[in-house]
Amino acid sequence: MPDSSAVEHGASVAAEHEEHPAYLRHHFESTEQQADATNFAMWLFLLTEIMFFGGLFTAYLIYRNWYYQAFVAASHQLSIPLGGFNTLLLIVSSFTMAMGVWCAETRRKSGLVLCLCMTLVLGLGFLGVKSVEYREKFEKHHVPSYHYSLNSFLDPDSDEAAKAAGDKPLPLDVARHTEVYFSLYFAMTGMHALHMIIGVGILVFMIFRAQAGAYTTGHVTFVENFGLYWHFVDIIWIFLFPLLYLISRH
Amino acid sequence: MSEQNAHAQHAEGKHAHHIVSPKTYALILLALLVGTATTVWASYVDLGIWNPVIALAIACTKATLVVLFFMHVKYSSKLTMLTVLAGIFMFLTLIGMTLADYISRAWGQW
Repeated sequence: MPDSSAVEHGASVAAEHEEHPAYLRHHFESTEQQADATNFAMWLFLLTEIMFFGGLFTAYLIYRNWYYQAFVAASHQLSIPLGGFNTLLLIVSSFTMAMGVWCAETRRKSGLVLCLCMTLVLGLGFLGVKSVEYREKFEKHHVPSYHYSLNSFLDPDSDEAAKAAGDKPLPLDVARHTEVYFSLYFAMTGMHALHMIIGVGILVFMIFRAQAGAYTTGHVTFVENFGLYWHFVDIIWIFLFPLLYLISRH
Repeated sequence: MSEQNAHAQHAEGKHAHHIVSPKTYALILLALLVGTATTVWASYVDLGIWNPVIALAIACTKATLVVLFFMHVKYSSKLTMLTVLAGIFMFLTLIGMTLADYISRAWGQW
């Protein structure tokens, strides 16, 4: 046991060692302190994540101002029903994750496994819909690259989505800037999807551990902190959805 | 034995581990779903300059609900609350400074 603990409590060091739960690391005084420290660390990590995504959001904000017409036309290429459905999946997955934390806290093993499985399925569903959206972008040559196609913007009548939105043909120099929109679209949703993929991986790991009874003995820190991560990824999408899909419809 | 001990420590801790009830989670889920429906609906209405403003306001409200309840910040220690606020403050400061630079440049005059 650390000195501080022995001094503070004045209790028999050996006796205390026997009493504390197995998951209490020796450099912490109590499970309480351990949970607080871990929670604080998780939040510090999430702050760096906010700064990371913040840079992308700022870039989007400024470029949208700069190339407004191109950004409006390019955002008409996204499907609100698909984006909205994905938002739904992610929000419900956040709920099932929160319920998972509750199950861990109240020591319901099968409930926890069920919640984690549902979160996993919803997360995979999100990635599935996202891949359908990406596929369409590849097919239309809307992925920024040498093969990028300006057809949808130079001749909106040839493109279903552009036609439905009532887009006017853009001059060539303006239309070229739609590539900036799609660069940011792929950077932002791609980074978000990468976070989802990492989350899905950890979820699979957690489901096996939960089944072995790892999180239902009072030590819920891992589930709780993964929950923070998952909710954070949800929050990023809560901002991505309106910014990329919704605000340029008029 | 160790289980009981852990339980007692939870109950007697300084800021005891608060367990948020499923009912609260369900209410927040409902609010988030309503928010999503509202923001999609609002995007189809032509509100001019207010479209992005309303979309962002709804997004901020939803994010706040997630942070406070799903992420337990409402029931967390002051340290956690301060950390979250510091993060948001830092983020807004950085965006604010970037935009201040952007809008105050004499674009095209050099």
